[in-house]
Amino acid sequence: MNRFAELLDRLAYEHGRNNKLRLITDYFRTTPDPERGWALAALAGALTFRYAKPGMLRTLIAERTDPVLFGLSYDYVGDLSETIALMWPQPAPQASPQRGEGEESPSLSDVIETLATLGKAELPAQLARWLDALDETGRWALLKLITGALRIGVSARLAKTAAAALGGKDPHDIELLWPTLQPPYEAVFQWLEGRGEKPVTADPAPFRPPMLAQAIQETELAMLDAADYMAEWKWDGIRVQAVAGIGADGARMARLYSRTGEDISKAFPDLLDALRLPGAIDGELLIRRNERIQSFNVLQQRLNRKSVTAKLTAEFPAHLRAYDLLANGDEDLRERPFAERRLLLEAFVTLLADAHVDVSPMVAFTTWDELIAARADPAGAGPDAAAVEGVMLKRRDAPYLPGRPKGPWWKWKRDPFLIDAVLMYAQRGHGKRSSFYSDYTFGVWAPGASGDELVPVGKAYFGFTDEELLQVDRFVRRHTVNRFGPVREVMHEPGQGLVLEVAFEGLQRSTRHKSGVAMRFPRINRLRWDKPPGEADRIETLERMLDRNAIA
Amino acid sequence: MATNTYLSKMRPEDILLPTLSGVCCERGGFYIDPTRPVARALITHGHSDHARAGHGAVLATRETLDLMRIRYGDDFAGTSQPVRYGETVTLGDVAVTFHPAGHVLGSAQIAVACNGLRVIASGDYKDAADPTCEPFALVPCDVFITEATFGLPVFRHGDPAAEVAKLLHSAALFPERAHLVGAYSLGKAQRVIAMLRQAGYDAPIYLHGALESITTYYRNRGIPLGDVRPVRLTDRSKLGDSITICPPSSLTDLWARRFPDPITCFASGWMRVRARARQYGVALPLVLSDHADWKGLTATITATGASEIWVTHGQEDALVHWAVMNGLKARPLAIVGYGNEEEEAVIPGHAEGASPESITTDHGDSEGAVVIDSGQPLRGFRHDSEAGGERGK
Repeated sequence: MNRFAELLDRLAYEHGRNNKLRLITDYFRTTPDPERGWALAALAGALTFRYAKPGMLRTLIAERTDPVLFGLSYDYVGDLSETIALMWPQPAPQASPQRGEGEESPSLSDVIETLATLGKAELPAQLARWLDALDETGRWALLKLITGALRIGVSARLAKTAAAALGGKDPHDIELLWPTLQPPYEAVFQWLEGRGEKPVTADPAPFRPPMLAQAIQETELAMLDAADYMAEWKWDGIRVQAVAGIGADGARMARLYSRTGEDISKAFPDLLDALRLPGAIDGELLIRRNERIQSFNVLQQRLNRKSVTAKLTAEFPAHLRAYDLLANGDEDLRERPFAERRLLLEAFVTLLADAHVDVSPMVAFTTWDELIAARADPAGAGPDAAAVEGVMLKRRDAPYLPGRPKGPWWKWKRDPFLIDAVLMYAQRGHGKRSSFYSDYTFGVWAPGASGDELVPVGKAYFGFTDEELLQVDRFVRRHTVNRFGPVREVMHEPGQGLVLEVAFEGLQRSTRHKSGVAMRFPRINRLRWDKPPGEADRIETLERMLDRNAIA
Repeated sequence: MATNTYLSKMRPEDILLPTLSGVCCERGGFYIDPTRPVARALITHGHSDHARAGHGAVLATRETLDLMRIRYGDDFAGTSQPVRYGETVTLGDVAVTFHPAGHVLGSAQIAVACNGLRVIASGDYKDAADPTCEPFALVPCDVFITEATFGLPVFRHGDPAAEVAKLLHSAALFPERAHLVGAYSLGKAQRVIAMLRQAGYDAPIYLHGALESITTYYRNRGIPLGDVRPVRLTDRSKLGDSITICPPSSLTDLWARRFPDPITCFASGWMRVRARARQYGVALPLVLSDHADWKGLTATITATGASEIWVTHGQEDALVHWAVMNGLKARPLAIVGYGNEEEEAVIPGHAEGASPESITTDHGDSEGAVVIDSGQPLRGFRHDSEAGGERGK
């Protein structure tokens, strides 16, 4: 554990991608199997053992520390694992300057192998023994590991790239193999070190790392040649990969994956049945009801359900709107240009002939002005227009590349909704923003018992620059009228307060919020130091947006 | 003079009264570490949030007075009077004694006694070893006024020598790279140098210009610092395999980029918390503090035997809670004006491109900023270079 903890610790402070790669590759080179394999799995987010829930960690620390002091410390540090690592009472009264290197200190393999078989009831006591045996860094790394959130600025991609560098291989090769590999990856390391054959893919329905788009603005279009690109609607659902194949036993196997490779097949049995042809479709998961694609709000109602019943699938029928074809039968199409894949996709979906799957229509254009007009009025998308969240631009000649390459794909979202709201409460943030008031609850004016009053309509914690964060943080500290634990109530009178221009993607009715509305993806667009709170928007403005947003 | 009946009812507030401008002693006609110019000020130590220019008369240790003179010039106060550790001065009907606080050179706790009741204003202090100043002296008292800069149980400073060893280990591991150590200009910088010498490092240590005058003063007071050279006399691009001490703000300056592949280190108690180290973009955090950690604060409070504590600045909520849970009377002075402005003036995530100037506050002397936009006096001690720069990272 200590070497792995040391690696995580150094990675957490390292900024440069190349330095991070060097650190990880060095670690792989100098660490034996299976330890390094488990480390790769941890860095790539491929561990599947039972993660400890934050609640369990809180209980453990609560048994050992004063709850108020823990609360204040957590509020300050802004990270549960780190707070516990720092506060954990050390068995020896004097902090040792060396790392805890006694026999008791567990290795990463010990931890993972123990967790694989440990009963749920035994976990807290085992965890406490490990925490006793480790030093601050070790405790921090262990807690990060078992809560499943390393957050040290290392992506799965980076970890795989570092592994590939061990044998001078192309990281893409590892990506292609990845879905079929199991930790601790001894065979992969053998291959990378030139001591073994390349492992073969055996999964008939593997996940393929998706290609993602960069955002683009209207002003940037001029730099691109319209003739190089094709456009299609961007649908407001969940990006998925629908894969079907024939297993070694001859049986058909179908799987639905989320964008991150999570297998979400169980949640959408109604869609799985439609995947009768071997192949891999990249598309958007939507709800199609009464011949129409429904808004994201409707999809969310299905997503929030724990059990999938016949009633649910009847009420919220899943639909796949296909964007791309990554494999046709056994043939990998990802090296082919988009325009060609698109034709293959249309043929594939026609052959599939299932009402649950259709092809996302293209948006015809020859000049950027035509595309600008189409985006401004998505009515061109027909009855499904309410589920459009912008347009996608794809280079005709681009292969399907994993990750988010700059250039081949662009997403151009529709303009967000904007309102002016008043800052009401602020809370300290987490992570790099811990100790700064960075989470803002804002409200709009509504008729109250004694005249107009502000009702909270949402909370946002990004969208502003670091400089603006400093300004708002200072404002919060100087205009605090009340404190509730980590939350501060901020002056919000018609004549005194801070107006925030809030951008958001959509609105839905909510019984949880006093205002009756909930925003989707709200963020701070601008600080309106110039505007008195009395001139901020009213709840009626939001209600009108709600009507506009709603669909039949 | 107080009558006998009055004597028996004496309250701590009759000796020292917290006000917006600092702790005030009406009977003795003085303030301790006032944040605004006053007629008579007693100063605990030279950091500029505690020692400000412009008072009528100043009573402090010789070192504190010298440091104020270095920073503010000869006319830093109307008159000044040096006082030795342990020496008692009578002001009005109160007896004032300065005792070592172990914070920086010349730092003092100020004991104010009247009619058998003793209140100690401890300023900033630490109970850890420091080769550059007198160790903290434990003085029994009835009321102990304490800081709480690191007043949370997550702050465990550990062994200072181990942190210096970490720096030397890195220097040995990367001999081609320059090690830049950010350290506050008064106290920390000299302590790092002295501790490197204690650890056996005998190569020249280079010094940023902002640290020269105070470091020279330390040397003149007999603190052994070895071969210390101004970095301005050297070609920085040739300073691989070297250690340079600089103000924390310089770590992110263009100035730092002239060094060969520099490793940025920062010596501060805040380095215990990862988010703070990352907010600075520090590659090698050194947990080295001139303030007491949680254990130091709570152990010191207990050892003074005080039945009541007042908490001036820092994480006062937690320390007050601890004191109350341990049967002491405790109050944060924040409610009467010592605010928690300590977390201002740091930009998180400088990696995102925040300007280096705004990341830190050390450059010594920011005594100007006592007034905020509303025209009201700033609540509490304004940070400056040292304590202030250190707070809230």
